[in-house]
Amino acid sequence: MRWFRTYWLHVLTHIGALIPLVLLFRDFTQNQLSADPIKEIQLRTGSYALILLMLTLGCTPVYIISGLKQVLQLRQLLGLYATMYAGLHFFNFVGLDYGFDFALIREDIFEKRYAVVGFAAFLILLALALTSANWWRKRLGRNWKRLHRLIYAAAFLSILHFLWQVKVDIRRPVIYVVILAILLAFRIPAIKEIVYSRSKWLKKRRDDNSQLDEA
Amino acid sequence: MIKVRSHEITPERIYISRRKFMVGVGALMASTLIPIGCKRSEDGILLPGTDFCEVTQVSRDTDELGVKLTSCQAIINYNNFYEFSEGKEDVATLSRNFKTSPWTIKVGGLVSKPLTLDMDTLLRKYPQEERIYRLRCVEAWSMVIPWVGFSLSKLLKDVEPTSQAKYVRFETLLAPEQMPGQKDKFFDWPYVEGLRLDEAMHNLTILATGLYGKPLPPQDGAPVRLVVPWKYGFKYIKSIVKIDLVTEMPVSFWMKYAPQEYGFYANVNPDVTHPRWSQSSERRIGEINRIKTLPFNGYADEVAHLYTGMDLGKFY
Repeated sequence: MRWFRTYWLHVLTHIGALIPLVLLFRDFTQNQLSADPIKEIQLRTGSYALILLMLTLGCTPVYIISGLKQVLQLRQLLGLYATMYAGLHFFNFVGLDYGFDFALIREDIFEKRYAVVGFAAFLILLALALTSANWWRKRLGRNWKRLHRLIYAAAFLSILHFLWQVKVDIRRPVIYVVILAILLAFRIPAIKEIVYSRSKWLKKRRDDNSQLDEA
Repeated sequence: MIKVRSHEITPERIYISRRKFMVGVGALMASTLIPIGCKRSEDGILLPGTDFCEVTQVSRDTDELGVKLTSCQAIINYNNFYEFSEGKEDVATLSRNFKTSPWTIKVGGLVSKPLTLDMDTLLRKYPQEERIYRLRCVEAWSMVIPWVGFSLSKLLKDVEPTSQAKYVRFETLLAPEQMPGQKDKFFDWPYVEGLRLDEAMHNLTILATGLYGKPLPPQDGAPVRLVVPWKYGFKYIKSIVKIDLVTEMPVSFWMKYAPQEYGFYANVNPDVTHPRWSQSSERRIGEINRIKTLPFNGYADEVAHLYTGMDLGKFY
């Protein structure tokens, strides 16, 4: 029970992140993935990766507002799941859609900016996933933090990748732009200060600390 | 006496329109078509209430290149029809109650004999025939569809275009109360498309009124839509109410929003790349591997002469 009290957020994250995969698999086996299943897999895995990436970046703002330290530990998990869906997205594209026909891929894709930024985002996520273990964190020291700041670039490139593919109606990718902007705003020191000073839990902690100081 | 349950009785309106359609399709179809999975009651009348695809009729199961027809289910469940939804799979449901009768088409503009036709007259006046065509969507997927329809040229000859007429402009019904997508103010409705007069007069260009031997279902552009098989699918304007002969090149729906991506001509061309993705290959719905896209969608012998001397990279 104590274990669950410590890890309930982790459990919830695992379940939430895996449900879409289960549904995808179910729809695949029941032939429910539209008349163009490869496209449907592509669209679904892409949007799951993007949503999980936004959630990864959402951990810090949630922590700032709520003070729940446990939330910060979810970043790694959410980031790994985002990478997993980005990987499925990539291999569906190269493997199923283009049948590993690299001549065709080269001529079809590598002049296309959406593909280039999408691939770049995937490589970044892959590098971050591979170095996400604590062992690497210790080994890389301060550089680990620098490296992992690249998640902002990955998020930006992923949204660009989406934006450059919609036909004309850019409303959905623009929603992601707005979400990303809000999440990034929380990282601006001045804004962070305002949120800190207004959030009750921090005030309470500060008061507790000052009482301790007095004592 | 045989008992017929009330839900099995076809509303008279639908019954009559079906009959007229079948009369229009004519003796040719009745004598040569292969019924697929035919479900008939004893007196030969189609059973009402069955799914669209349960009873279909086609004369052959491949196109002239030997490519197999796309399944009826895929054709009626995977539709780009923004008037109902931007989701291809939502169109069939959202268009279920779309009213296609009564329906009139006004043919006018620069013509000597303007014409207003209702669907029954149109079906009676222009014998319907089967045309099996490849459809290539600009999004790089494709289908092979057994349309039922007639050459647009027959209709255009009847209205007698004047010498100033250079282009044909088509317009879809504007009915936001029936077409929920048209409530979306992001787009400027109704949908408009156009053809150069010689393209419109080409024998391959048809007005389609049916597919798989049956009247078009709403999601596929009922009751009448354009089909121009050597062009990208977005040219195939659906649910047409107005056809005008004009002098100036019409600005089509997609041209207005992204002229650098969707040109007026929109001829299928593997060498002219879409600014954001390649057009050199496509995936045929129902298959896994990509195939090479053919110039003019495989109809180059018939239509390439329409564009001699034109820079197809410039006039995309």
